[in-house]
Amino acid sequence: MPEMRTPLSKVRGLGSAKSGAKTWWRERVGAAALLPLTLFFIWLVLSLAGSDHAAAVATIGNPFVMVLLLLFILVSADHMKLGMQVIIEDYVHSEGQKVVWLVLNTFFSYGLAAAGVVAVLKIGFGM
Amino acid sequence: MVQLTLPKNSQIKQGKVWEKPQGAKNLAEYKIYRYDPDTGENPRVDTFYVDRDDCGPMVLDGLIWIKNKVDSTLTFRRSCREGICGSCAMNIDGANTLACTKGMDDIKGTVKIYPLPHMPVVKDLVPDLTRFYAQHASIQPYLKTVTAKPEKEWRQSREDRAKLDGLYECILCACCSTSCPSYWWVGDRYLGPAVLLQAYRWLIDSRDEATGERLDDLEDPFRLYRCHTILNCAKTCPKGLNPAKAIAEIKKMMIERQL
Repeated sequence: MPEMRTPLSKVRGLGSAKSGAKTWWRERVGAAALLPLTLFFIWLVLSLAGSDHAAAVATIGNPFVMVLLLLFILVSADHMKLGMQVIIEDYVHSEGQKVVWLVLNTFFSYGLAAAGVVAVLKIGFGM
Repeated sequence: MVQLTLPKNSQIKQGKVWEKPQGAKNLAEYKIYRYDPDTGENPRVDTFYVDRDDCGPMVLDGLIWIKNKVDSTLTFRRSCREGICGSCAMNIDGANTLACTKGMDDIKGTVKIYPLPHMPVVKDLVPDLTRFYAQHASIQPYLKTVTAKPEKEWRQSREDRAKLDGLYECILCACCSTSCPSYWWVGDRYLGPAVLLQAYRWLIDSRDEATGERLDDLEDPFRLYRCHTILNCAKTCPKGLNPAKAIAEIKKMMIERQL
Protein backbone atom coordinates (compact mmCIF):
# COMPACT_ATOMS: atom_id res chain seq x y z
CA MET A 1 0.00 0.00 0.00
CA PRO A 2 1.45 3.40 -0.83
CA GLU A 3 2.27 5.70 2.09
CA MET A 4 -0.46 8.31 2.37
CA ARG A 5 0.65 10.18 5.49
CA THR A 6 2.82 13.18 4.76
CA PRO A 7 6.42 13.13 6.02
CA LEU A 8 5.69 16.20 8.20
CA SER A 9 2.71 14.48 9.82
CA LYS A 10 4.90 11.50 10.70
CA VAL A 11 7.71 13.70 12.04
CA ARG A 12 5.37 15.81 14.17
CA GLY A 13 3.78 12.61 15.47
CA LEU A 14 2.11 13.05 18.84
CA GLY A 15 3.86 16.35 19.47
CA SER A 16 6.41 17.25 22.08
CA ALA A 17 6.24 15.50 25.47
CA LYS A 18 7.20 18.86 27.07
CA SER A 19 9.41 17.00 29.51
CA GLY A 20 12.96 15.78 29.66
CA ALA A 21 14.75 18.86 30.93
CA LYS A 22 14.26 17.86 34.57
CA THR A 23 15.41 14.30 33.91
CA TRP A 24 18.48 15.63 32.12
CA TRP A 25 19.25 17.92 35.08
CA ARG A 26 18.72 15.05 37.53
CA GLU A 27 21.25 12.94 35.61
CA ARG A 28 23.84 15.73 35.88
CA VAL A 29 23.26 16.58 39.53
CA GLY A 30 23.27 12.87 40.41
CA ALA A 31 26.55 12.38 38.56
CA ALA A 32 28.11 15.34 40.37
CA ALA A 33 26.94 14.03 43.76
CA LEU A 34 28.24 10.55 43.00
CA LEU A 35 31.80 11.75 42.48
CA PRO A 36 32.48 12.43 46.19
CA LEU A 37 30.00 9.77 47.36
CA THR A 38 31.72 7.03 45.35
CA LEU A 39 35.14 8.13 46.62
CA PHE A 40 33.74 8.00 50.14
CA PHE A 41 32.34 4.51 49.54
CA ILE A 42 35.66 3.21 48.20
CA TRP A 43 37.45 4.73 51.20
CA LEU A 44 34.91 3.10 53.55
CA VAL A 45 35.30 -0.36 52.00
CA LEU A 46 39.10 -0.10 52.11
CA SER A 47 39.12 1.14 55.68
CA LEU A 48 36.85 -1.70 56.80
CA ALA A 49 38.87 -4.37 55.00
CA GLY A 50 40.28 -6.83 57.53
CA SER A 51 38.42 -5.38 60.51
CA ASP A 52 36.09 -7.58 62.54
CA HIS A 53 32.29 -7.56 62.63
CA ALA A 54 31.97 -5.36 65.72
CA ALA A 55 34.24 -2.68 64.25
CA ALA A 56 32.27 -2.67 60.98
CA VAL A 57 28.96 -2.33 62.81
CA ALA A 58 30.38 0.51 64.92
CA THR A 59 31.65 2.38 61.84
CA ILE A 60 28.39 2.04 59.93
CA GLY A 61 26.55 3.09 63.09
CA ASN A 62 28.32 6.45 63.01
CA PRO A 63 25.61 8.94 61.90
CA PHE A 64 27.89 10.68 59.37
CA VAL A 65 28.92 7.41 57.77
CA MET A 66 25.33 6.19 57.75
CA VAL A 67 24.00 9.33 56.05
CA LEU A 68 26.70 9.24 53.38
CA LEU A 69 26.17 5.51 52.85
CA LEU A 70 22.40 5.98 52.45
CA LEU A 71 22.95 8.88 50.06
CA PHE A 72 25.37 6.77 48.05
CA ILE A 73 22.79 3.99 47.75
CA LEU A 74 19.85 6.27 46.86
CA VAL A 75 21.70 8.47 44.38
CA SER A 76 23.38 5.46 42.75
CA ALA A 77 20.07 3.67 42.34
CA ASP A 78 18.44 6.75 40.82
CA HIS A 79 21.39 7.34 38.50
CA MET A 80 21.40 3.69 37.49
CA LYS A 81 17.67 3.79 36.77
CA LEU A 82 18.00 6.89 34.57
CA GLY A 83 20.99 5.43 32.73
CA MET A 84 19.26 2.15 32.04
CA GLN A 85 16.14 4.00 30.95
CA VAL A 86 18.13 5.84 28.29
CA ILE A 87 19.58 2.57 27.00
CA ILE A 88 16.11 0.98 26.82
CA GLU A 89 14.67 4.01 25.02
CA ASP A 90 17.59 3.97 22.58
CA TYR A 91 17.54 0.32 21.65
CA VAL A 92 14.12 -1.20 22.34
CA HIS A 93 11.76 0.03 19.66
CA SER A 94 8.66 -2.13 20.07
CA GLU A 95 6.36 0.01 22.23
CA GLY A 96 5.00 -2.94 24.24
CA GLN A 97 8.41 -4.38 25.04
CA LYS A 98 9.73 -0.94 25.87
CA VAL A 99 7.02 -0.30 28.47
CA VAL A 100 7.66 -3.70 30.08
CA TRP A 101 11.42 -3.07 30.30
CA LEU A 102 10.94 0.46 31.63
CA VAL A 103 8.62 -0.78 34.39
CA LEU A 104 10.98 -3.65 35.26
CA ASN A 105 13.85 -1.17 35.39
CA THR A 106 11.93 0.99 37.87
CA PHE A 107 11.00 -2.01 40.04
CA PHE A 108 14.57 -3.31 40.03
CA SER A 109 16.21 0.05 40.83
CA TYR A 110 13.81 0.99 43.62
CA GLY A 111 13.87 -2.59 44.97
CA LEU A 112 17.64 -2.54 45.09
CA ALA A 113 17.67 0.87 46.77
CA ALA A 114 15.12 -0.25 49.38
CA ALA A 115 17.11 -3.42 50.13
CA GLY A 116 20.32 -1.39 50.51
CA VAL A 117 18.69 1.16 52.80
CA VAL A 118 17.17 -1.53 55.02
CA ALA A 119 20.51 -3.33 55.23
CA VAL A 120 22.38 -0.17 56.28
CA LEU A 121 19.72 0.77 58.83
CA LYS A 122 19.66 -2.75 60.29
CA ILE A 123 23.44 -2.84 60.63
CA GLY A 124 23.68 0.75 61.82
CA PHE A 125 21.01 0.44 64.49
CA GLY A 126 22.12 -3.09 65.41
CA MET A 127 18.69 -4.62 64.82
CA MET B 1 15.05 -4.09 18.99
CA VAL B 2 17.65 -2.22 17.07
CA GLN B 3 18.82 -4.12 13.99
CA LEU B 4 22.58 -4.51 14.15
CA THR B 5 23.06 -6.74 11.09
CA LEU B 6 22.00 -6.01 7.54
CA PRO B 7 18.87 -7.78 6.28
CA LYS B 8 19.59 -10.41 3.58
CA ASN B 9 18.53 -8.21 0.68
CA SER B 10 20.82 -5.38 1.85
CA GLN B 11 23.99 -7.43 2.22
CA ILE B 12 26.70 -6.06 -0.01
CA LYS B 13 28.12 -8.36 -2.69
CA GLN B 14 31.36 -8.06 -4.62
CA GLY B 15 30.65 -6.12 -7.79
CA LYS B 16 32.19 -5.59 -11.19
CA VAL B 17 35.79 -4.54 -11.75
CA TRP B 18 35.73 -2.06 -14.61
CA GLU B 19 38.56 -1.85 -17.14
CA LYS B 20 41.50 0.44 -16.51
CA PRO B 21 41.67 3.41 -18.87
CA GLN B 22 44.15 2.67 -21.68
CA GLY B 23 47.48 4.42 -21.57
CA ALA B 24 46.81 6.09 -18.22
CA LYS B 25 49.89 6.44 -16.03
CA ASN B 26 48.42 7.98 -12.91
CA LEU B 27 45.49 5.89 -11.65
CA ALA B 28 43.19 6.27 -8.65
CA GLU B 29 41.22 3.20 -7.57
CA TYR B 30 37.59 3.86 -6.60
CA LYS B 31 35.40 1.31 -4.86
CA ILE B 32 31.80 2.48 -5.07
CA TYR B 33 28.57 1.17 -3.57
CA ARG B 34 26.04 0.36 -6.27
CA TYR B 35 22.38 -0.38 -5.81
CA ASP B 36 19.61 -0.40 -8.36
CA PRO B 37 16.12 -0.99 -6.95
CA ASP B 38 14.78 -1.93 -10.42
CA THR B 39 16.93 -5.06 -10.74
CA GLY B 40 15.92 -6.56 -7.40
CA GLU B 41 19.58 -7.53 -6.88
CA ASN B 42 21.59 -6.99 -3.72
CA PRO B 43 23.82 -3.95 -3.50
CA ARG B 44 27.40 -4.47 -4.69
CA VAL B 45 30.72 -2.65 -4.61
CA ASP B 46 32.19 -1.90 -8.05
CA THR B 47 35.83 -1.09 -8.69
CA PHE B 48 36.72 1.73 -11.07
CA TYR B 49 40.03 3.21 -12.19
CA VAL B 50 40.21 6.94 -12.72
CA ASP B 51 42.85 8.56 -14.95
CA ARG B 52 44.04 11.30 -12.66
CA ASP B 53 45.87 13.13 -15.44
CA ASP B 54 42.53 13.53 -17.23
CA CYS B 55 40.51 14.59 -14.18
CA GLY B 56 40.19 17.29 -11.50
CA PRO B 57 41.67 16.84 -8.01
CA MET B 58 38.52 16.26 -5.94
CA VAL B 59 36.69 13.00 -5.22
CA LEU B 60 33.66 14.45 -7.03
CA ASP B 61 35.79 15.10 -10.12
CA GLY B 62 36.60 11.38 -10.12
CA LEU B 63 32.94 10.44 -9.85
CA ILE B 64 32.02 12.75 -12.73
CA TRP B 65 34.91 11.32 -14.76
CA ILE B 66 33.58 7.79 -14.17
CA LYS B 67 30.05 8.80 -15.11
CA ASN B 68 31.27 10.48 -18.32
CA LYS B 69 33.87 7.95 -19.40
CA VAL B 70 33.13 4.56 -17.84
CA ASP B 71 29.61 3.95 -16.58
CA SER B 72 26.93 6.54 -17.25
CA THR B 73 24.47 4.73 -14.96
CA LEU B 74 26.50 5.63 -11.83
CA THR B 75 24.06 7.74 -9.84
CA PHE B 76 24.91 10.51 -7.38
CA ARG B 77 23.78 14.03 -6.51
CA ARG B 78 25.95 17.04 -7.20
CA SER B 79 25.40 20.63 -8.09
CA CYS B 80 27.63 23.52 -7.04
CA ARG B 81 30.93 21.56 -6.79
CA GLU B 82 32.24 24.09 -4.25
CA GLY B 83 30.83 23.04 -0.88
CA ILE B 84 27.82 25.30 -0.65
CA CYS B 85 24.84 23.26 -1.92
CA GLY B 86 25.39 20.11 0.16
CA SER B 87 24.18 17.81 -2.63
CA CYS B 88 27.23 15.55 -2.90
CA ALA B 89 27.31 14.48 0.76
CA MET B 90 28.41 10.84 0.93
CA ASN B 91 30.51 8.47 2.99
CA ILE B 92 34.07 8.74 1.64
CA ASP B 93 37.01 6.88 3.13
CA GLY B 94 34.91 5.97 6.17
CA ALA B 95 33.58 9.42 7.03
CA ASN B 96 30.67 11.52 5.84
CA THR B 97 31.77 14.52 3.84
CA LEU B 98 31.24 16.45 0.62
CA ALA B 99 32.77 14.80 -2.45
CA CYS B 100 33.45 18.23 -3.95
CA THR B 101 35.64 19.50 -1.11
CA LYS B 102 37.42 16.20 -0.36
CA GLY B 103 40.67 15.95 -2.32
CA MET B 104 41.76 12.62 -3.74
CA ASP B 105 45.23 13.37 -2.35
CA ASP B 106 43.77 13.39 1.18
CA ILE B 107 42.98 9.69 0.85
CA LYS B 108 45.63 7.01 1.18
CA GLY B 109 45.05 4.11 -1.22
CA THR B 110 41.62 3.18 -2.54
CA VAL B 111 38.84 5.78 -2.52
CA LYS B 112 35.90 3.96 -0.92
CA ILE B 113 32.51 5.59 -1.39
CA TYR B 114 29.17 4.66 0.14
CA PRO B 115 25.91 6.60 0.46
CA LEU B 116 25.23 8.46 3.73
CA PRO B 117 24.83 5.75 6.40
CA HIS B 118 21.57 4.35 7.69
CA MET B 119 19.25 6.07 5.22
CA PRO B 120 17.05 4.34 2.68
CA VAL B 121 18.95 4.24 -0.63
CA VAL B 122 17.17 5.49 -3.74
CA LYS B 123 19.94 4.41 -6.10
CA ASP B 124 23.74 4.02 -5.81
CA LEU B 125 24.97 7.03 -3.80
CA VAL B 126 21.59 8.79 -3.54
CA PRO B 127 19.97 8.49 -0.10
CA ASP B 128 16.31 9.27 0.58
CA LEU B 129 16.35 12.43 2.73
CA THR B 130 12.58 12.95 2.84
CA ARG B 131 12.35 12.51 6.60
CA PHE B 132 15.38 14.71 7.19
CA TYR B 133 13.77 17.57 5.26
CA ALA B 134 10.44 17.06 7.05
CA GLN B 135 12.28 17.29 10.37
CA HIS B 136 13.83 20.54 9.24
CA ALA B 137 10.40 21.86 8.26
CA SER B 138 9.03 20.80 11.66
CA ILE B 139 11.24 23.27 13.56
CA GLN B 140 9.81 26.15 11.50
CA PRO B 141 13.12 27.49 10.21
CA TYR B 142 12.06 31.06 9.62
CA LEU B 143 11.66 34.27 11.61
CA LYS B 144 8.51 34.18 13.74
CA THR B 145 7.19 37.48 15.09
CA VAL B 146 4.05 38.91 16.65
CA THR B 147 4.97 42.60 16.68
CA ALA B 148 3.76 44.52 13.63
CA LYS B 149 6.29 44.42 10.82
CA PRO B 150 8.66 47.39 10.84
CA GLU B 151 8.66 49.65 7.78
CA LYS B 152 12.13 48.49 6.83
CA GLU B 153 14.02 45.46 8.13
CA TRP B 154 13.98 43.87 11.62
CA ARG B 155 16.98 45.41 13.32
CA GLN B 156 19.72 43.50 15.11
CA SER B 157 22.84 44.65 16.94
CA ARG B 158 26.24 43.58 15.67
CA GLU B 159 26.73 41.50 18.84
CA ASP B 160 23.45 39.66 18.33
CA ARG B 161 24.24 39.08 14.68
CA ALA B 162 27.58 37.59 15.69
CA LYS B 163 25.70 34.92 17.68
CA LEU B 164 24.53 33.43 14.38
CA ASP B 165 28.09 32.82 13.21
CA GLY B 166 28.91 29.12 13.18
CA LEU B 167 25.20 28.38 12.70
CA TYR B 168 24.01 30.14 9.58
CA GLU B 169 26.77 28.44 7.52
CA CYS B 170 25.02 25.05 7.81
CA ILE B 171 24.12 23.83 4.32
CA LEU B 172 21.90 20.92 5.45
CA CYS B 173 24.03 18.30 3.72
CA ALA B 174 23.02 15.74 6.40
CA CYS B 175 26.61 14.54 6.96
CA CYS B 176 26.28 15.10 10.72
CA SER B 177 22.84 13.62 11.26
CA THR B 178 23.67 10.46 9.31
CA SER B 179 26.92 10.04 11.27
CA CYS B 180 25.08 10.08 14.60
CA PRO B 181 24.39 6.65 16.19
CA SER B 182 21.45 8.13 18.10
CA TYR B 183 19.99 9.27 14.79
CA TRP B 184 20.61 5.80 13.32
CA TRP B 185 18.69 4.06 16.09
CA VAL B 186 15.83 6.50 16.73
CA GLY B 187 15.93 8.85 13.75
CA ASP B 188 12.16 8.69 13.49
CA ARG B 189 11.83 10.57 16.79
CA TYR B 190 15.21 12.21 17.43
CA LEU B 191 15.62 15.34 15.31
CA GLY B 192 19.35 14.83 14.82
CA PRO B 193 22.28 17.26 14.97
CA ALA B 194 21.66 19.19 11.72
CA VAL B 195 18.05 20.01 12.52
CA LEU B 196 18.86 20.86 16.15
CA LEU B 197 21.65 23.20 15.02
CA GLN B 198 19.11 24.87 12.75
CA ALA B 199 16.65 25.02 15.65
CA TYR B 200 19.27 26.74 17.78
CA ARG B 201 19.98 29.18 14.96
CA TRP B 202 16.37 30.45 15.37
CA LEU B 203 16.37 30.17 19.17
CA ILE B 204 19.36 32.48 19.45
CA ASP B 205 18.18 34.98 16.82
CA SER B 206 17.46 38.22 18.71
CA ARG B 207 14.76 39.18 16.18
CA ASP B 208 12.67 36.06 16.77
CA GLU B 209 9.70 36.33 19.14
CA ALA B 210 8.83 32.64 19.44
CA THR B 211 11.78 31.43 21.54
CA GLY B 212 9.56 30.00 24.29
CA GLU B 213 7.28 28.10 21.93
CA ARG B 214 10.30 26.81 20.06
CA LEU B 215 11.76 25.48 23.34
CA ASP B 216 8.37 23.95 24.23
CA ASP B 217 8.34 22.06 20.95
CA LEU B 218 11.88 20.78 21.47
CA GLU B 219 11.56 19.70 25.10
CA ASP B 220 11.06 16.02 24.55
CA PRO B 221 12.99 12.92 25.66
CA PHE B 222 13.38 11.93 22.00
CA ARG B 223 13.41 15.10 19.88
CA LEU B 224 16.24 16.71 21.85
CA TYR B 225 17.47 14.48 24.64
CA ARG B 226 18.53 11.55 22.45
CA CYS B 227 21.76 13.51 21.97
CA HIS B 228 24.30 11.68 24.12
CA THR B 229 27.22 13.97 23.13
CA ILE B 230 28.86 11.31 21.00
CA LEU B 231 30.31 14.20 18.93
CA ASN B 232 30.49 12.40 15.56
CA CYS B 233 28.55 15.39 14.24
CA ALA B 234 31.24 17.91 15.11
CA LYS B 235 33.98 15.62 13.84
CA THR B 236 32.42 14.99 10.45
CA CYS B 237 30.91 18.38 9.55
CA PRO B 238 32.49 19.37 6.21
CA LYS B 239 31.88 23.04 7.03
CA GLY B 240 33.73 22.82 10.35
CA LEU B 241 30.63 23.62 12.42
CA ASN B 242 29.82 22.19 15.85
CA PRO B 243 26.23 20.89 16.08
CA ALA B 244 26.99 19.24 19.44
CA LYS B 245 27.73 22.63 20.95
CA ALA B 246 24.48 24.04 19.54
CA ILE B 247 22.57 21.14 21.12
CA ALA B 248 24.34 21.73 24.45
CA GLU B 249 23.27 25.38 24.25
CA ILE B 250 19.64 24.32 23.72
CA LYS B 251 19.87 22.06 26.77
CA LYS B 252 21.26 24.99 28.74
CA MET B 253 18.36 27.20 27.65
CA MET B 254 15.93 24.48 28.83
CA ILE B 255 17.48 24.63 32.32
CA GLU B 256 17.85 28.41 32.29
CA ARG B 257 14.11 28.91 32.04
CA GLN B 258 13.50 26.60 34.99
CA LEU B 259 16.10 27.71 37.50
